[in-house]
Amino acid sequence: MSIQIDFRNLTVKYGHKFALQDVSLEIPEKRIFAIIGPANSGKTTLLKCINRTIDFVSHAKVQGRVLIDGEDVFRIRNVYELRRKVGMVFPLPVGLPLSVYENVAYAPRRAGIHDRHELDAIVEKCLRQAMLWDEVKDRLQLLGTRLSGGQQQRLTLARALSLRPEILCLDEFSIAIDPVTTMRIEDILRELKNEMTIVLVTNLVQQAHRLADYTAFFSASRLIEANRTETIFNQAAHRLTARYVAGDFG
Amino acid sequence: MSNGSGNAVRKPRARYIANAMRAFGDRAEPLVEWTIRLCGWSAILFVFSIFFFIFREAAPIFGELNWLEFFTSTQWQPSSEVHPRYGILALLVGTVSVTTLAMLVAVPLGLGAAVFISEFCTGKLKESLKILIELLAAIPSIVWGFIGYMVLGPIIIKLTGAPVGVNLLNGGLILGLMSVPIIVSVGEDALKAVPDSFREAAVSLGASRWEVVYRVLFPAAKNGLLAAVLLGVGRAIGETMAVLMCTGHAVQIPHSLLDPVRTLTATIASELGESAAGDPHYRVLFVIGLVLFAITFAVNVIADLIVKGVRNEQSR
Repeated sequence: MSIQIDFRNLTVKYGHKFALQDVSLEIPEKRIFAIIGPANSGKTTLLKCINRTIDFVSHAKVQGRVLIDGEDVFRIRNVYELRRKVGMVFPLPVGLPLSVYENVAYAPRRAGIHDRHELDAIVEKCLRQAMLWDEVKDRLQLLGTRLSGGQQQRLTLARALSLRPEILCLDEFSIAIDPVTTMRIEDILRELKNEMTIVLVTNLVQQAHRLADYTAFFSASRLIEANRTETIFNQAAHRLTARYVAGDFG
Repeated sequence: MSNGSGNAVRKPRARYIANAMRAFGDRAEPLVEWTIRLCGWSAILFVFSIFFFIFREAAPIFGELNWLEFFTSTQWQPSSEVHPRYGILALLVGTVSVTTLAMLVAVPLGLGAAVFISEFCTGKLKESLKILIELLAAIPSIVWGFIGYMVLGPIIIKLTGAPVGVNLLNGGLILGLMSVPIIVSVGEDALKAVPDSFREAAVSLGASRWEVVYRVLFPAAKNGLLAAVLLGVGRAIGETMAVLMCTGHAVQIPHSLLDPVRTLTATIASELGESAAGDPHYRVLFVIGLVLFAITFAVNVIADLIVKGVRNEQSR
């Protein structure tokens, strides 16, 4: 089992405030890796470093390294290629002002696929993978923002999958959707981990427990501990971790 | 002890005042509502009364005016003793050509600047650019006219060898520059209103910054940007002083950019003072006012239809 993402002494500061302090963490390939912790513990910042959208936070200062397949993302020349390698699903569904079809076809087009049939096939496959196909197959030209909240979140998942990413990052994806849709997406993720590495930031401790092979616990911008999920939940090394997963705080 | 009794006295009074204020607030509610309602209706009232007063001055000549000649003749000789002619075709063409040229300058420049300010610059540069552009909007139109007449005119003569520097090109450029600030500030507001999550999502899909602008921001801010452009068009059509000074004020259909033209607005401005109130010339100038009114009305309606059409298409 090889390492896909390797954080080495990563420190991120927003102005004078630490968002991440000296985080070193290895994320293995083709597993579900959950990142849990209370609000403001640096979870989202960690994801932003993976696809380097941290660049857009103008007052952020980054030290340390993030290696993806051995390559330092902060030294990568073609950042667009990096971002295409990393699918990202945000807490609130963001339907781009495009049709359902175009939402999903956008990234493949960017990657140079223009053949109509090929695009159709990709769109269908991704929408099927996101379990949305049956609901939208008759209205692919509808504006994405007109779907319901749960459908939009699955649309963003389909969009993230359209990149055929090696890494799929989900940032609290279930915050705005109902439990049934959440369960369905969790099922999808279990299948997807055969194809890609999944980094799952979640506020729901039980979701991490259900889904993840590995879990890392962050608190106050520091990595407290990371281990197999079973270990974290049953024999945490730190009292703080044990209290958090038991629901004592957070 | 005395403290406690003081409180005991003060408390009911404070409560009394609070209750009174609340009662007043409750009663004031309809008042506030009606005031706001009145403000809204006043807009309609103003538009209709402006239309009414122009119409009242123009109406008496409706019967006598040769409408076919009015719209199709280029002969504008309102003060002829023998046979005054009122053909506004050349003036119409003047207004349309100057406005078109102005928009060719202002729309790319204005939207480009709006995109730059909103998406590509930060901090002090952004703030100072915004202030400067607001300053640009505050320059009086007579000053613009002056610049066109004294600065741009000689430059045009030098560069093109045209006999006069005040012409369609000059007027169009000045008018374009005048329309830029309004397009920039309204356009920038429209872009700013697009949530950051859109940018984040597009960037995460591997879009470059330019792709974010034209694939995501432009569609998302479409209505606002269209409004910006139309406000610019409105400004250009209605502008008077600067075009009066810069276009050369010759009644003719222009054949090149270097021909002088005259616009509808400039005609009203320059001739209303010398026409006797109530005579045909005076009334025809008000008819021109109605024509201008109709043009701006048409521009707005078309814009509304476009925006609605776009919306319907999306909801299909």
